[in-house]
Order: sequence, then C-alpha cells, then structure tokens
Amino acid sequence: MDGTIKYNENVVRQFALATVVWGVVGMAVGVLIAAQLIWPALNTEFPWFSYGRLRPLHTNAVIFAFGGSALFATSYWVVQRTCQTPLFAPKLASFTFWGWQTVIVLAAITLPLGITQSKEYAELEWPIALLIAVVWISYAVVFFGTIVKRRVRHIYVANWFYGAFIITVAVLHVVNNLVIPVSLTKSYPIYAGAVDAMVQWWYGHNAVGFFLTAGFLGMMYYFVPKQANRPIYSYRLSIVHFWALISIYMWAGPHHLHYTALPEWAQSLGMVFSLILLAPSWGGMINGIMTLSGAWHKLRTDPILKFLIVSLSFYGMATFEGPMMSIKTVNALSHYTDWTVGHVHAGALGWVAFITFGAIYHLIPRLYGREQMHSVKAIELHFWIATIGVVLYIAAMWIAGVMQGLMWRAVNEDGTLTYTFIESLVATYPYYMVRLLGGVLFLAGMLIMTWNVWMTTRPETARVTTTNTVPQEG
Amino acid sequence: MDINTFYGLLTLLMLVLFIGIVLWAYSSKRKKHFEEAANLPFEEEKPLDDDRNQRKGDRS
Repeated sequence: MDGTIKYNENVVRQFALATVVWGVVGMAVGVLIAAQLIWPALNTEFPWFSYGRLRPLHTNAVIFAFGGSALFATSYWVVQRTCQTPLFAPKLASFTFWGWQTVIVLAAITLPLGITQSKEYAELEWPIALLIAVVWISYAVVFFGTIVKRRVRHIYVANWFYGAFIITVAVLHVVNNLVIPVSLTKSYPIYAGAVDAMVQWWYGHNAVGFFLTAGFLGMMYYFVPKQANRPIYSYRLSIVHFWALISIYMWAGPHHLHYTALPEWAQSLGMVFSLILLAPSWGGMINGIMTLSGAWHKLRTDPILKFLIVSLSFYGMATFEGPMMSIKTVNALSHYTDWTVGHVHAGALGWVAFITFGAIYHLIPRLYGREQMHSVKAIELHFWIATIGVVLYIAAMWIAGVMQGLMWRAVNEDGTLTYTFIESLVATYPYYMVRLLGGVLFLAGMLIMTWNVWMTTRPETARVTTTNTVPQEG
Repeated sequence: MDINTFYGLLTLLMLVLFIGIVLWAYSSKRKKHFEEAANLPFEEEKPLDDDRNQRKGDRS
C-alpha cells in the first residue's frame, strides 16, 4: 500500500493505442461494406474486395482487434491496480501484445483472400486459431498469475468478470476450432450437420456473452466507479449479478437456430434461458447506472462519464431486445432480417464501443502523465456524433428489419407470396442510406478520438518518463 | 431414477444454489467486508490518481 508500486504500464499503453488504431480500421471497413450494399459497383472486379470477404474482416476487426485490444489494455490495468501488484510475467504480457497483433494482421491478410473456416466469428483457419490459443493461454497465465500474487485479500468484482471472460473464451475457442486440417489453409470441423451448428452457436452466442459482455462488464465495474469517483452502487448485487450472468449465458445459444434442424427442445431451452437472462443483465445495468445516484450532475460536465453511463443505457436496451427476439414467434419475424443487424449494433456500438471509449479516455491521460485528454471539448463532440450515429443506425435497421419480415411472410389469398425478394430489397435501400450515414458519423467520432489521443500522447506533450510509477523501458 | 426426476431435482438444486448465493451476499455479517471491497479501486495509492476530482477546465 505504499506509493512506490511500479505497475507495468507499457503493455497497457500498447494495447490502448492498438484499440484506437483498430477501431478506425474496423469501423472504416464497416462503412465500406455498408456502402457496398447500396452501390454493388463498389464490390469491384477483385474478389478480395467483395462484400462476402470484407464482412468477416469487419467483424473480426471490430470485435477481436478493437474490442480485444481494449479488453487486454483495461484488464491489465485493472488487475494490477485492484490487486496492488505489478503484472505477473511481464515478458509474457508483452508476448500477448505482439502475438495478438500478429493474429490480427494474419486475419487481415487471409480473410480477403477467402481463406476461412466459414464459421461466423470463428473464420480464421487452423494455424491462426492455434496462435490464438497460445496467446490466450499466455493471457490467462499473466492475468491469473497477477491475481495469485495480489497484496489484498479480496479479489475485486471486475477481476471476476475479466477472469470468467478469459477462461470461457479459451474453452469456447478450443472446442469450436476442433478441426481436421487438409492443408495449410483448409480444414474441416470434426462436427457435422446440426451438431456443428449447435457447437458453432454455443460458441457464437457465448462470444457475445463472454467476450462482448462479461469482459466489458469487468471494464464497467472498474471505470464507472473510478470516473464517477464513488464506489459501485451495490457490491452485493455485483456478486449475484456475476454468478447469475455466467451460469445462464452458457445456455442461450440455440436461439440462433430457431426453426432449423436443431431439436425442438433445444430451441425452447435456448429461448427460456435467453428470457431469464434479462434479469442479471438489467441487474448489472442498474448497478452501473445507480452508481451515479446522488451525483447525477457529474453527467453534465464530464463527457467521459456520459460515454460510460450511456453505454449502460444501450446495454439495457440491447439486453431487453435480445430476450424479446429470442421468443420463437418474434424470431419467426426477425430472423434473417436487418433487425438482427440492428440489434447487434445496438450492443456493439452503443454498449461495447461506448464503454471502450469511456475507458480509453480515462486511461490515456493517466498512461501518458497528463491530467486529462488534450481536448475535453473534442470528447464531448465525439460523444454527440457517436450517439446520433448509433441512433440513426439502429433505428434504420429496426424499421428495415420489421418491414422485410412482414414483406417476406405476406401471402395472397391463394397462398402465393405477395412480394418477391427483390421488392423487399428495393424497399430497404432508403434505410441502407440512413444506416450508412449513421456509420459514417460513428467513424467520424472515432477519427476525432484518434486526433485527441494523438495530441495527448505525442512526445512533446506526454510526460511518460516523469511519472514515478512507470517501469524503466528496456 | 427416471431422467425427468433427475432434471427436476437438478433444477431444484440450481434454485437452492441461487438463493444460497443471494443470502450469502446479503448477510449482514459480510456487509462491512463488501463495503471495503467496493472501495478497492480507490486504494491503489498512486500519485497520479490522487486528484480524484478531475479538473473541469479545458486543459492544464
């Protein structure tokens, strides 16, 4: 508890900057493919520039490069500070950074080339999947090693969420990538048919539940109290939140496979668990937002807090919408439409990206010896541009999705379909334009952040070497 | 044992486990411990973080 603990901030700095860089790249590709859906000519004559190959590049870049780097950066920061001890195995921590960046670069090369396992969010072929496994186990060693050598008795709740995220992603990744390689760039899963689908969506939904939820809840439980400068609303609720969330999420995957070859009982099971998930999700949201109870005025002046609290509002919206969409009769309308895309982005942009922005804005000045970001006004501008962008995006996709669902199911009196598929596509164009505009605004906000981070961290202004808590480089 | 009886008992066990966690978390014996735990993020004792009240001005 003395002031001389030398926390390892080097790897946190690396991952924090990587978050910003990959955020720009991933969101830019997102804007590009949104435009390709409107103007097919943008697919060009090159196969590697076509929508089908760039779309997995977009999802991998925003989830694993942007979101992943943010999780590495914040978890390394949080676990050191709440355990009051420097990182265990700093060299291994450094390896996780370079290893993870290698994975990202390999993804950026192989996906446009069409080298893929064709499993959503698990596209990367077996040699890259192996590298991910090695990096991830190293991550677990660093994280849990740091917890083991902690200097406080209690393990803070944020670390429980980060820990669950690390363990679960390891299990998910290994099980879903059990394949038989036939060449360096091609492999076949050991599962077949409906079992393969079930394993894939057990993986896919828990990638949402643990990568994009539990990990970022860990972020929430540290950065919301820190930025608001008051402890979490209810620590006891956070314990119930943790155990309820991790035990229920694991079973919700089948809702991705309603009305498919998956056994009926498995579909219903997935639906029921998805509905129950509302309770822990909202428990966590309330816990985060109520942390500001009695200090709401801070929201008016602090744009970082705005990001953090509004991210929780979007989390609440997305986790209400999700259970609703998992109801089989609702899913009959929403599945395969753009409603799903809207739902994903309410979570991905509104929750994951917003809480990441808040956390990174909180971290960057502290990592570079500044009192605050170069421009607080720019954070405020980023917040409003990004908020308008998200709202445009998800509202457009809601309307488009419901409209598509209704058009596809409409039948004439004689039982024939009222609309052709192409008619629903034509009707969707205006909403694709609005979605593109929302995406452009969100990307613009990301670019403002990049400028702000650049201005805060450039050597002339940053005072890295003058803080007494940074380990000597070298 | 019939498999459905087993499922029923399993569900019951999960319910008991959940109630157990709630009772454990909310028992008055642990109130003080959890209040201390909630303050862990503020005890990292780092000079930079001493000014907990972020300055509201534009730049320093």
